[in-house]
Amino acid sequence: MVSSWGTVSRGMHRLYDLSSRFAPFPSLPEQMCILPFGNGRSYGDSCLNVGGALLRTRNLDHFIHFDAQSGTLRCEAGVLLSDILRLVTPMRWFPPVLPGTQYVTVGGAIANDVHGKNHHQAGTFGCHVRRLELLRSSGERIECGPDERREWFAATVGGLGLTGLITWAEMRLRRVPGPWLDVESIRCADVDELLEVSLESAADFEYTVAWVDCAAGRRRLGRGLLQRANHAQLDATGSAAHVTPALHLPFTPPFSLVNPATLRLFNSVHYRRHPRRIRSLVHYEKFFFPLDRIDRWNRLYGPRGFYQYQCVVPAHRAGGVVRELLRIIASSGEGSFLAVLKCFADRPSPGLLSFPLPGVTLALDFPNRGTRSAQLFARLDAIVAEAGGRLYPAKDARMPGAMFRSGYPLQETFTRFTDARCSSSFWRRIRESA
Amino acid sequence: MKRVLIIGATSAIAEATARRLAEGQAALYLVGRDAQRLTAIAADLRIRGALQCDCEAQDLTDFTAHEAMLDRAVAALGHLDIVLIAHGTLDDQAACEASVERTLQALATNGLSVVALCTRLAPRLAAQSSGTLAVISSVAGERGRASNYVYGSAKALVSTYLSGLRQRLCHSGVQVLTIKPGFVDTPMTAGFAKGALWASREQVAAGILRAIEKRADVAYLPGFWRPILWIIRAIPERVFKRLTL
Repeated sequence: MVSSWGTVSRGMHRLYDLSSRFAPFPSLPEQMCILPFGNGRSYGDSCLNVGGALLRTRNLDHFIHFDAQSGTLRCEAGVLLSDILRLVTPMRWFPPVLPGTQYVTVGGAIANDVHGKNHHQAGTFGCHVRRLELLRSSGERIECGPDERREWFAATVGGLGLTGLITWAEMRLRRVPGPWLDVESIRCADVDELLEVSLESAADFEYTVAWVDCAAGRRRLGRGLLQRANHAQLDATGSAAHVTPALHLPFTPPFSLVNPATLRLFNSVHYRRHPRRIRSLVHYEKFFFPLDRIDRWNRLYGPRGFYQYQCVVPAHRAGGVVRELLRIIASSGEGSFLAVLKCFADRPSPGLLSFPLPGVTLALDFPNRGTRSAQLFARLDAIVAEAGGRLYPAKDARMPGAMFRSGYPLQETFTRFTDARCSSSFWRRIRESA
Repeated sequence: MKRVLIIGATSAIAEATARRLAEGQAALYLVGRDAQRLTAIAADLRIRGALQCDCEAQDLTDFTAHEAMLDRAVAALGHLDIVLIAHGTLDDQAACEASVERTLQALATNGLSVVALCTRLAPRLAAQSSGTLAVISSVAGERGRASNYVYGSAKALVSTYLSGLRQRLCHSGVQVLTIKPGFVDTPMTAGFAKGALWASREQVAAGILRAIEKRADVAYLPGFWRPILWIIRAIPERVFKRLTL
């Protein structure tokens, strides 16, 4: 039994481990399909292959080459971003893009073409990958990159593991003065102010992200806290070396601790306690991965698990559409503490199925409430699709096939590169549903 | 700087241990069967901080090659602070029962080759009057069980041999450490269903280094195996033979 991070999607799998990057693709029973599996941090069913097999990459955790002069790192696909951070930050290098958790593998970061708080300047993770090796079920090994066999690279970046197994990748790191960030946090009274401050911060701040109080309605709709930050020009390498999780949820509570009552209370307090503007020096782990401090926080949502809904809306319609989405969510009383808004800029993503578009992305967790959740998502889908937006496969466990096809017009080109023996629960759902 | 020779360096437990040593800027000499994987592991350990990391591929059941290999290791490292012997295979018990050859092969790989290496290492370490000889045996060596007594008896040989060697070297300044892991989640045990008794390779690696630090004699890893094995050893044979373990 393997479950993904949202715990809504789960099921039985046959498990294979690749013993090393030199090992051949496992030979599978007739008719069985397989999916590369990293650290299982995708929220929905894009990292699962229920009834089929998973090819685990946990033995592919070796660094291959690191040039401390140029900041070029080549490593196997199962290396975690946390391992890279631990290795390179003392040498004043840093991954160019970091998602909201450091416990993802390099292979997973590429296969989902993840983005971070610096998307408006750095683009996606795939923008910094120079080269990778793809192992196909036929045994063929394809080395590709932005300058070589580009079509394979474009299919594999954001390709959800469906083009074969990434065995290793080479990426360019960036220089940083140290592990600290100079963070400014600004309280914004509504969504318009939030978007405005976010956009005007884009040029001078490498990282911007906003927390939204999704329970606040009417005049306070979309109020929140905007965080903007740069790497601090501070020499001290600091003592806070690799903070371990502060809290651990050892078991799943019998019901969701996130519900409309706790949500309103928490959000309101969190918003009001915050001063109008505050500036502080924050260690990178606290800034980038606040949730990693609570080990297995996904259990907060109880045995039924949760969905994450992450959409992006093109820039020219973003303001109005985001307001409409927030209005529907606020009036539903659903949603969670973890509502995040971020402006993407126009740096193109390298993958055929990469998620980001120039515009605004909104990500919210929702406790799983069965049909009530489904109805809410359907209303949100209609607005996102009408605006020309799309949903993020790495977070998705429920979008209809049509929503995927309209959001990702390049998916037809993509299918020419999929591996005949690779499939996923997500992929079958998308292909088979209306 | 610790100077460490690791024999069986592609084993998961050995590699996890080597990573911790590399992060502490050790100098390493790796010996294993698979040249390609050894080279990859050595490159990884250098990036992780090893000040020096050489490797050589060896079939350890070729006992005659051991002496020259040890010479090269000592030449590369200069001195042996720690020798970790970690190689082994978990052959299929049923296949061993059906074949004398396979049984003897399993005993040679898991038992005799370790004894041969320790016999050659003992005078070298004694001459230094320092250093640690750490050998991975197993809780499986404590009592023969129908499900894996060939592997178990090879490990019993290793444990008993080390116990004698420890006495012999007691006043020499050399630490002889018998490491007895329980179930460890590694490629060697990939085919087993995992329960609550299973430990991770990182846990076991941390335990090995702790035991070396404390100059322990026998380390059960994780420690809860010590009372479990105490009970298992106390069961009378007349009862034990009827158990399915």
